[in-house]
Amino acid sequence: MDMKERLKIPRQSMPEQDPKVRARNFDEVPLGYTPDLAKTEALRCIQCKNPLCVGGCPVEVDIPAFISLVAEGDFIGAAKKIKSTNALPAVCGRVCPQEVQCEQVCVRGKKGDPVAIGRLERFVADYERATGDVSIPKPPPSTGKRVAIVGSGPAGLTVAGDLVQLGHEVTIFEALHKPGGVLVYGIPEFRLPKAIVAAEVDYLQKMGVKIQTSNVIGKIATVDELFEEGYDAVFLGTGAGLPTFMNIPGENLNGVYSANEYLTRSNLMKAYKFPEYDTPIVKGKNVAVIGGGNVAMDSARTAMRLGADHVYLIYRRSRTEMPARIEEIHHAEEEGIELHLLTNPVRYIGNDKGWVVGVECLKMELGEPDESGRRRPVPVKGSEFVIDIDTVVVAIGAGANPLVQSTTPGLNTNKWNYIVADEETGQTSREGVFAGGDIVTGSATVILAMGAGRKAARAIHQYLMTKK
Amino acid sequence: MPAKILVKEQLSENVFKMVLDSPKIAQKRKAGQFVVLRIHEEGERIPLTIADANSSKGTVTIIFQVVGKSTGHLADLNAGDELLDLVGPLGKPTHIEKVGTVACIGGGVGIAPVYPITQALKNAGNYIISIIGARTRDLLIMEDEMKAVSDEYVAATDDGSYGFHGFVSQALESKYLLTGKKIDEVVAIGPVPMMRAVCDTTKKYNVPTVVSLNSIMVDATGMCGACRVSVGGKTRFVCVDGPEFDGHQVDFRQLMDRQKIYLGEEKECYDHYCSCRLGKGGK
Repeated sequence: MDMKERLKIPRQSMPEQDPKVRARNFDEVPLGYTPDLAKTEALRCIQCKNPLCVGGCPVEVDIPAFISLVAEGDFIGAAKKIKSTNALPAVCGRVCPQEVQCEQVCVRGKKGDPVAIGRLERFVADYERATGDVSIPKPPPSTGKRVAIVGSGPAGLTVAGDLVQLGHEVTIFEALHKPGGVLVYGIPEFRLPKAIVAAEVDYLQKMGVKIQTSNVIGKIATVDELFEEGYDAVFLGTGAGLPTFMNIPGENLNGVYSANEYLTRSNLMKAYKFPEYDTPIVKGKNVAVIGGGNVAMDSARTAMRLGADHVYLIYRRSRTEMPARIEEIHHAEEEGIELHLLTNPVRYIGNDKGWVVGVECLKMELGEPDESGRRRPVPVKGSEFVIDIDTVVVAIGAGANPLVQSTTPGLNTNKWNYIVADEETGQTSREGVFAGGDIVTGSATVILAMGAGRKAARAIHQYLMTKK
Repeated sequence: MPAKILVKEQLSENVFKMVLDSPKIAQKRKAGQFVVLRIHEEGERIPLTIADANSSKGTVTIIFQVVGKSTGHLADLNAGDELLDLVGPLGKPTHIEKVGTVACIGGGVGIAPVYPITQALKNAGNYIISIIGARTRDLLIMEDEMKAVSDEYVAATDDGSYGFHGFVSQALESKYLLTGKKIDEVVAIGPVPMMRAVCDTTKKYNVPTVVSLNSIMVDATGMCGACRVSVGGKTRFVCVDGPEFDGHQVDFRQLMDRQKIYLGEEKECYDHYCSCRLGKGGK
């Protein structure tokens, strides 16, 4: 096909479940490309000599190369190409914010729509998994070095995948009973099916990564004890595991959840399948979700799927300032989530049994920009009003879980208790101890954590090979 | 990590003791800490205080009361069976120091968690007055163990079928506080109404009182906040800030409300389990 014809192909949309249907089930929302759709979309890539998209990817996937293989119909070859730099393509194809990374800088986006890189990545990974044609790279010669990784979220899994391919012996310690971190406890099934996470984790295990679940570092062993046990380096990827509340009256009423708890119950513990699964969750009819990020969207859409009549998303700024991906906001609205923008809760109202029955809010207006560069919300005097609700999910961000920091002498942290680590290497103030992901940056995205993991893995490898 | 059940023993009608094979936790745990276990893939994460441990044998002992589906299922397991996951030790250890005379109070199945603390306080050189209670004589557990680590010992039953007739809080007041006996600290563990009654009593006499709370938890590592409780007007997480707190500062009313969040669901789940079990011919 010549270039002219290629340029004429419109961006291929991905089939999705109907909003009315999907708002009541936990199945994945987008259905993925068919092989034909994928090949057509792949032809839209003009194979730039100096591809900007690769630089837009935190883990530097060779995007033009894998897309060219898709266009040729060599889907398995394309999967191998991606996996040479990205151990979790099925995850990244789903949850990466491509619109601000690879696709943002795609040349085709200058006039029209960028190539749907994320959808193609997802297609390729799903194709490989569905056909069962997943090849395991040959193990490299052992270096005899042992690395302990604390936390099995996106950062830890990336470090593990990279280091095991370099011949190091890698053990991941995970506090929960299942590996995957936020990929299993945080991101809902309808956005990232858990079978996909399990398959990607399984792939790492087949490459030789050992995973010890139900091991809380800081409790069963400290970082120093890991070194005493013979580990040569430690990577800390413990994530943003501390819920944030607003410290307003009524937050401890029954029916008020942190997003971490609400999503963990539903995702990790499968409370949406109660009583088939034993862990319960409050299935509210009128649910308020506080916040405007992806976690707030996930919580709101979960509440809808648990059977709510109304889900109110309460956010103190306006739509433009919402940190959630546009696609997620769009999906949420399609499913009937009602946005209350420029609105801020001031207190929760309870009944005599200690259950939340209402949230009192204030209307806000936007003032001058604050430190984040976004216009600061200012309360409108006398604008108080009450929304009747029976469930609240507070999704205003998560902080640093202190278990590792508080048991590791000499590990420097900042004023929010995040671990101080070099941006390029993940090196912390302790020799042989590296860190990356949300525990360094605060709540961010899966792919940024993976990018940090990639850099740290490089630095750990160098440290191990040069250390006397 | 999975853990094998080595010994199972029934202590009273609904209270069971299990000795688990878990060398790493046995090595690490300190008095006052707890574990979280999961029985099967669809199961809840169940937090239980470590009642005892033996580091040379590599064992951890749990004592639990059947209150719903998960504990009911646990009680149906036997020696030789394996738990799917066991994680720990979690929570802060009890602050153990020599303060003088300590009253260690346990109510019902709360006697189990009070035992290792009593033992540690005794080893630290304190004079121990143990007061343990239950609704009726048959439900009183761990008498021999508690006696062995106590200088003075009182058993109490609500119905008067054994020992002091009345609540442990009443025994503490009438036998000790009212008589002017100097008690430097009280440790009280049991049902929330019992802990509240003990705290109301000790407040009158200005005796510092530590309670150990068993709120609802999910991850139990400080990640979800399910277990939050108001202590002195501040929200604290029982799983990482506790489980022990200054009993005079705890908002027991809120704690009681929060423990009722899933009453309906718990009943539904247990009924479902019981009917399934009967359908299979029971155990």
